[in-house]
Amino acid sequence: MYIGVDLGSRTVKMAVWDGEQLVDHQIAASGFEPHRQAEKMIAAWRAKRVVATGYGRHLAAEHFADAVITEIKAHALGIFNHFPGCTTIVDVGGQDSKVISLDAAGRVMNFQMNDKCAAGTGRFLEIMAASLAYSLDEFGAAALGASREVQINSMCTVFAESEVISMKNRGIPRDHIARAVHGSVADRLAAMLARLGHGETIAFSGGVARNPCMIELLGQRLPGVRVLVPEQPDIIGALGAALHGAGR
Amino acid sequence: MTTTPFEIKAYPEMWAELDMDVPRFDKARLMLGEAYQKTYLSQVNRPAGMAYFDSMIAELHGGRVKELLAAKAEGRPVIGTFCVYIPEEIVLAAGGICVGLCGGSQGSVPDAEKILPRNICPMVKSAFGFKVGRICPYFQAVDFVYGETTCDAKKKCWEILDTLVPTYVMEIPQLKRQRDIDLWLAEVKDFKTKVEEVAGRAISEEDLAAAIKVMNSKRKALQRLNGLRHHNPTPISGKDGLLIEQIAFYDEPVRFTEKVNALCDELEERIKAGVAIPSKNATRVMLAGTPMALPNWKIHNLVEGAGAVIVNEESCIGTRYFKDLIDESATGMEGMLVALTDRYKEIDCSCFTPNDERITQVVKEFRDSKAQGIINYSLQFCHTYNIEEIRIRKACEQEGIPYLFIESDYSAEDLGQLQTRIEAFLEQIGE
Ligand code: SF4
Ligand code: SF4
Repeated sequence: MYIGVDLGSRTVKMAVWDGEQLVDHQIAASGFEPHRQAEKMIAAWRAKRVVATGYGRHLAAEHFADAVITEIKAHALGIFNHFPGCTTIVDVGGQDSKVISLDAAGRVMNFQMNDKCAAGTGRFLEIMAASLAYSLDEFGAAALGASREVQINSMCTVFAESEVISMKNRGIPRDHIARAVHGSVADRLAAMLARLGHGETIAFSGGVARNPCMIELLGQRLPGVRVLVPEQPDIIGALGAALHGAGR
Repeated sequence: MTTTPFEIKAYPEMWAELDMDVPRFDKARLMLGEAYQKTYLSQVNRPAGMAYFDSMIAELHGGRVKELLAAKAEGRPVIGTFCVYIPEEIVLAAGGICVGLCGGSQGSVPDAEKILPRNICPMVKSAFGFKVGRICPYFQAVDFVYGETTCDAKKKCWEILDTLVPTYVMEIPQLKRQRDIDLWLAEVKDFKTKVEEVAGRAISEEDLAAAIKVMNSKRKALQRLNGLRHHNPTPISGKDGLLIEQIAFYDEPVRFTEKVNALCDELEERIKAGVAIPSKNATRVMLAGTPMALPNWKIHNLVEGAGAVIVNEESCIGTRYFKDLIDESATGMEGMLVALTDRYKEIDCSCFTPNDERITQVVKEFRDSKAQGIINYSLQFCHTYNIEEIRIRKACEQEGIPYLFIESDYSAEDLGQLQTRIEAFLEQIGE
């Protein structure tokens, strides 16, 4: 068995690859010591090789992992496995968003990550959902169902939050604001994609790819482009790490 | 490796005489010493010749400052500088000393932000903060500061800085047509008059000719060092290379030249013996972009911490400082000043437009240094380098050069993300 662990800012993901297919995967909160959490998750398996990725990758290497790769490479490997031939990846995780372009063989050609602020990340969506008193699932669903989209101008989390508050006070319906927040993230991703260049299909990975409104709005901003979402978008990084262990 | 902890020597009495905030500065000194130990002295297999440069850091706040004060006592001018457009030869010719005041530390940024807007270049903020907080002995020791009209951040800060320390501003044009060069020459002459005034003596032709030789030798020594770094495998770390380029801005030029040449002799021996830093197949990276002022080792630390090596800095604290020499065959005061201006106009700072020379130069240095990828580094809020990034990126795409752009300041907030980006870039090169 080849095991990949993705130690992210919010959650630890694990994927088990038997050489042919994905046989198990798990997601758990990172907790205070993400490497301990990861160790618990892999304990049930006899691994040939454990490869770590994500923010905690070096910590994992100090404790148990045999090798580390970056999230960029991990997502490239994971997506290439799902959608060979798709040369553009958008990954939106807890604390960053990235756009990766691959060559036909799945090798990383170029990539971009958001600047150090939280705007355009999963964290940004969480903060905005909280300030509108939605749970994350409600937030995406409400935004998807909204009949109108207003515009949020601020890209900075702090300013965007005060913009949201002033919208609330102007009596703009909650779901319209929710849609605006999603729209601002989609704008940002579209801008990153335009800078890096993209193909006709784009694979969307990371936890935010579970949000139906994000997929829809990103698609709207990229006419003629097909947005593909893997079945388990949050474990693509862990899967990529496992595949790396298996010699991909 | 040393076992006794490295310490930057303290000179509290001298600092008090310089009207510094002594307790605060002393804390900063200890922190810098620790950072130096961690960043520099933990490296393995460093050349023995680095001992001199280590000592220059140990004496950063004392030995060299004493030399400046001694020079001042003799009536020699001591001038603080911020830019490689300062005609150093003129200062040297008048028996004076130039000392680079560019700030590379987060520690002084909050001082500056009490006065300056926050969204300007960290190098400007850091330097300004050193003066406001009275936490830089060099700043306290200078007769005047040389400023120039390069970028907006600096240009407008001179007006504020002038209220704290006399600041002389030289106009550097933004284009390079003949009439701009004529203006430049006139500005060089004005600067000469200013320096002569402070020195209380006229600069003779012999003085200037000698100073040109001194600076040319210094630049040749740095060129030689850079050439040796280009050897594959490289015999010295990028961190050490950068450190020497940083020390170049405050050390005494003749002594510095000797020490760099001595180090180069050693590096030639190392190359013969096949010494490779850090290892034979380390990925070779070239840096391009804005200056990295002491003690800004952020990118070098991350890149070399990931097992790669930096083999060239296309930067003001780097090749822009030493790639061009003054034609020594020029004679007569006018002839020499023309030759000097000709040399300075070769510096390809992004403050100029158009600046095609720089794009060509970046690609040339990439080839010369046998690097495998370019990291283009711009300080946050530096508009000219940030925008010129677009053209550098295009050129790299055209030439098929692996390329990463980083915009960052001096804070530690983005270290995790930068580490990921740099490691991913190294993976990309490795594939
Ligand atoms: S980047 Fe330009 S303005 Fe800044 S030190 Fe270099 S030459 Fe001077
Ligand atoms: S790095 Fe840019 S903004 Fe900063 S001083 Fe130099 S030219 Fe000005």
